[in-house]
Amino acid sequence: MEQISFTALGLGLIIIGVSLGIGKIGQAAMEAMARQPEIASKIQTAMIIIAALIEGAGLFALVLAWLVN
Amino acid sequence: MMIFDRCIKLAGGKRFFKHFLAICCLLMPVALSAGENLEEESEFDAAAMIMHHIGDSYEYSILSFTNGRGEKIKVSLPLPVIIWHKGQLKVFMSSSFKGGDELVPIGDDYLRLYHEKVYLTDASGAINHDESQSVLNAQPINLSITKNVASMMLSCLIMLAIFIPAARRYSRKGALVAPKGAQSIVEPIVLFVRDDIIRAQIDKDKADRFTPFLLTIFLFILINNILGLIPFFPGGANASGNISFTLTLAAFTFILTNISGSKHYWKDVFVVPGTPLPIKLLLVPIEFIGLFTKPFALMLRLFANITAGHIIVLSLISIIFVMKTIFVAPVSVFLSIMIYCLEFLVSFLQAYIFTLLSSLFIGLAVNEHH
Repeated sequence: MEQISFTALGLGLIIIGVSLGIGKIGQAAMEAMARQPEIASKIQTAMIIIAALIEGAGLFALVLAWLVN
Repeated sequence: MMIFDRCIKLAGGKRFFKHFLAICCLLMPVALSAGENLEEESEFDAAAMIMHHIGDSYEYSILSFTNGRGEKIKVSLPLPVIIWHKGQLKVFMSSSFKGGDELVPIGDDYLRLYHEKVYLTDASGAINHDESQSVLNAQPINLSITKNVASMMLSCLIMLAIFIPAARRYSRKGALVAPKGAQSIVEPIVLFVRDDIIRAQIDKDKADRFTPFLLTIFLFILINNILGLIPFFPGGANASGNISFTLTLAAFTFILTNISGSKHYWKDVFVVPGTPLPIKLLLVPIEFIGLFTKPFALMLRLFANITAGHIIVLSLISIIFVMKTIFVAPVSVFLSIMIYCLEFLVSFLQAYIFTLLSSLFIGLAVNEHH
């Protein structure tokens, strides 16, 4: 039982970290787009790339937590 | 981003809301009758149902219901099973298994369908387990056309049906005539992928070499994602949410990136110019592992996103059966339609991200340093 609860705790922590990271990117991208709407599409592409990289790190952690379990 | 903007524009407006309500109302009786049938059934296992739905299968189930006399009727399309065992090829339809009740002889051994997997057994059909309940029986070399493979073949046919007429018209009339028919849908998508994804990441003179591959990957993932969202017969297979599917596509990107890598790319990995020696000792292993983690993340991202989408929709529908009341049906149908809309966006987004990151990795490998 203990092991399972630790895995769940780890999963929760992973999600907190990833969502904080993606949220910060979203915030920064929104602000930048509001300041310079003419390069909004470039910012959007960069935002998606960085969000995907963070999501990748999160997925690694999720898979590791799943394998360790 | 043109395509996303258009999606959002389509989703807005009063007419959409009316249609949405109409769909909700149409789906209500289905959910209600599903809820009523439940009382006869024994315990409902939501996790087992969901795992069954997102997994692969040897038959394409079309529908199953209990008729007036209380008999369970299952309508499904059997798919071919192709087994290579001890130098012997055996091809038969999966209906020979009778849903796992019957054994199929192959050489001296027998094949048995057990929990959607084919195992080799003896004449008695015994399946041996170890302490952790995993099966000890050997699996033969299995080249079967399963549900996912059939779904992939269908998506190939759809792609051919769309692209061959369009390509034929281009070769006949040239690219300067106004598009017509299939061209009208092909042209904006192809131009979007080429100009906004590929040419934005890869140097102009090299981009066209990789365009066919990346365009194929984009459309293949997109069509498989959308086919997976169709809840009834020709769709519904979780093909792009299958780890082997995404592994194959990521392996293509991995191979293409590394065989077309320039001298600079390999130097950045194994020499890391411009850093002192202690840092080099640290960075070279990291860069080397990075070669593999990039396609690995690509594989997991698509797999996790699509599978998670399917699991959410199925869980929301399962709420009706877990709570055993029809009054949650409106809520769960409404929520699952909302998730469906989100998943439709995600199926575009994941195809876009996979192609974008693939072209980014290829761009890192082939671009000249400025």
